Amino acid sequence: MKDLQTIDLSARIGALTLKNPIMPASGTFSEDLADVFDLDVLGAHVLKTIMHGTRAGNPTPRVCDIQSGMINAIGIPSKGIDYFRDEMLPYWSEFKAPLVVSISAHSYDEFARLCREVSLPGVTAIEANISCPNIEADGNAFAMRPDTTQEIVTRLRTETDLPLWAKLTPNTGEPVEVARAAEEAGADALVVANTMLGMSIDVDSRRPRLGNVMGGMSGPAIKPIALRMTYQCARACDIPVIGCGGISTLNDVLEFLIAGAQAVQVGTATFQSPTVMARLIAELEGWMTTQEITSLEEVIGSIEGSEAGVFE
Amino acid sequence: MTYIPTTVSVPVPQGLRPRCSEATCRVVSNTPVNGEYRLLTLDAPEAILDCQPGQFFQLLCPAPEGENPFLRRPMSIYGYDKSAGRLEFLYKIAGAGTRGLATLRPDDTFNVLGPLGQGFSMPDDWQNLMLVARGVGLATLAPLARMAQERGRKLTAICSARRPELAMSVELFESYGAEVIVVHDEDGSSTPEALRPLIEARIAKGDVDAFYTCGSSRLLRMLQDLGESHGIPGEIAMEQQMACGLGMCQACVRSFRVGDRIIQRRVCREGPVFPISEAM
Repeated sequence: MKDLQTIDLSARIGALTLKNPIMPASGTFSEDLADVFDLDVLGAHVLKTIMHGTRAGNPTPRVCDIQSGMINAIGIPSKGIDYFRDEMLPYWSEFKAPLVVSISAHSYDEFARLCREVSLPGVTAIEANISCPNIEADGNAFAMRPDTTQEIVTRLRTETDLPLWAKLTPNTGEPVEVARAAEEAGADALVVANTMLGMSIDVDSRRPRLGNVMGGMSGPAIKPIALRMTYQCARACDIPVIGCGGISTLNDVLEFLIAGAQAVQVGTATFQSPTVMARLIAELEGWMTTQEITSLEEVIGSIEGSEAGVFE
Repeated sequence: MTYIPTTVSVPVPQGLRPRCSEATCRVVSNTPVNGEYRLLTLDAPEAILDCQPGQFFQLLCPAPEGENPFLRRPMSIYGYDKSAGRLEFLYKIAGAGTRGLATLRPDDTFNVLGPLGQGFSMPDDWQNLMLVARGVGLATLAPLARMAQERGRKLTAICSARRPELAMSVELFESYGAEVIVVHDEDGSSTPEALRPLIEARIAKGDVDAFYTCGSSRLLRMLQDLGESHGIPGEIAMEQQMACGLGMCQACVRSFRVGDRIIQRRVCREGPVFPISEAM
């Protein structure tokens, strides 16, 4: 019998150690959750993507549901860098959990400038949202191709000394090449992945169910895709992978860890149950106790099966 | 509906009472009220019953045959009673979520999240209240009648419907001491042109300090106009498609006119109740 007093939930993301592997996915978390449960139980706080200037976001309706998931076309409404620095950063700095700031931009120059200006005391890491399908037409994004991924991450790397996480997209046909490009360009971790471009139509009115026509699918419907991509990226890269996509249950968390993720982000599940992340942390600890597992290292990348190690 | 709630307790910061919680309620009854509406009565825990009129819950609707309403559905509170442990929703079957609600039977369990949003206010100088609403919008305003009675305010409720027998909540308003005026489409009494002189006559008698309304954009425009001409404030409960209901996702924004600026606000967080003068 192992000493179960020493169950260690901590997760290592490069040089950074999180007290547990559960954190919110960008866009599904805000100060509005702080009076619902104790946000300091989380491994990290990941804020909704900010852009340099102010931005209104997309026309409504901005969300619709689908079988086992939802599609959003929120469109990153942003109050800009000044509001972040003056209002948001002081608020989030009061918490003990590390602060991860998600940023995005239309151009290389604007992205680089925002990355530099957001590298402030109180910010623990920067998550580069190079994969939002709601910014450019038809879901285009830097992370669709290895060359644009390489170029943007290279630019961002020169602008900050903070840990830089690259958030990838499941919409690319070259996930491994994109992941390697981000790693080679100096990303410290990969967040795998963002939403999947999708669409829904109301048959009675024949109108798209989203104001912006297309949007990003999330929830359990895309979990197998995100899990597959997490597995691919974890095998192809040496930098840590943070799994993200449809994670709602303890079983989902474990699947991503076993596939090779060092930590996970929980997004859409919080919309169904605002306290789900706190419960997942407690359930993970309970599971480790029952399994007599004292460290996540025993779980991460522990996938079995001959196929797992043969093809490269 | 795929989410299965567990019983693991969730930590809250010391001294904090969560502003909303998830709760598993027991269905007491779920019955048709008239041709169009159904009343769902739940046995609910005390923790979620510190409600304000105008607030709403996010309902995790059961999946009806062949459909899967994934997101919670926002539904305004029709009635709540903390001492009796009762929570009520009045709904009209309109989509997958409400079709799912209609499948609930007595003793079924049902997961709700709330109460959410900012409810109606009733400042001290609003002594004579006029409520004008139509259809299921009247359900949202129903809890106001009890609040008005508790605070000793005079309430006139103008209940609009397609046909007189479809006017919702008439008995409920009367039971809380309100004067009820039913207007309907069949005799044309529900049009803004017919309503306007009726309301203006009350204003002339000094019987209206504030308006309350919900939903209809025709009624909103009329009340905005009357409010502006006669200096009468008021509040409206508004709707929008939502995902989280807590303010995180920013799906449910609407535009509001504040001074000479148009700004966006979240219906779930800053609302669903807004000043009539600012609504668009």
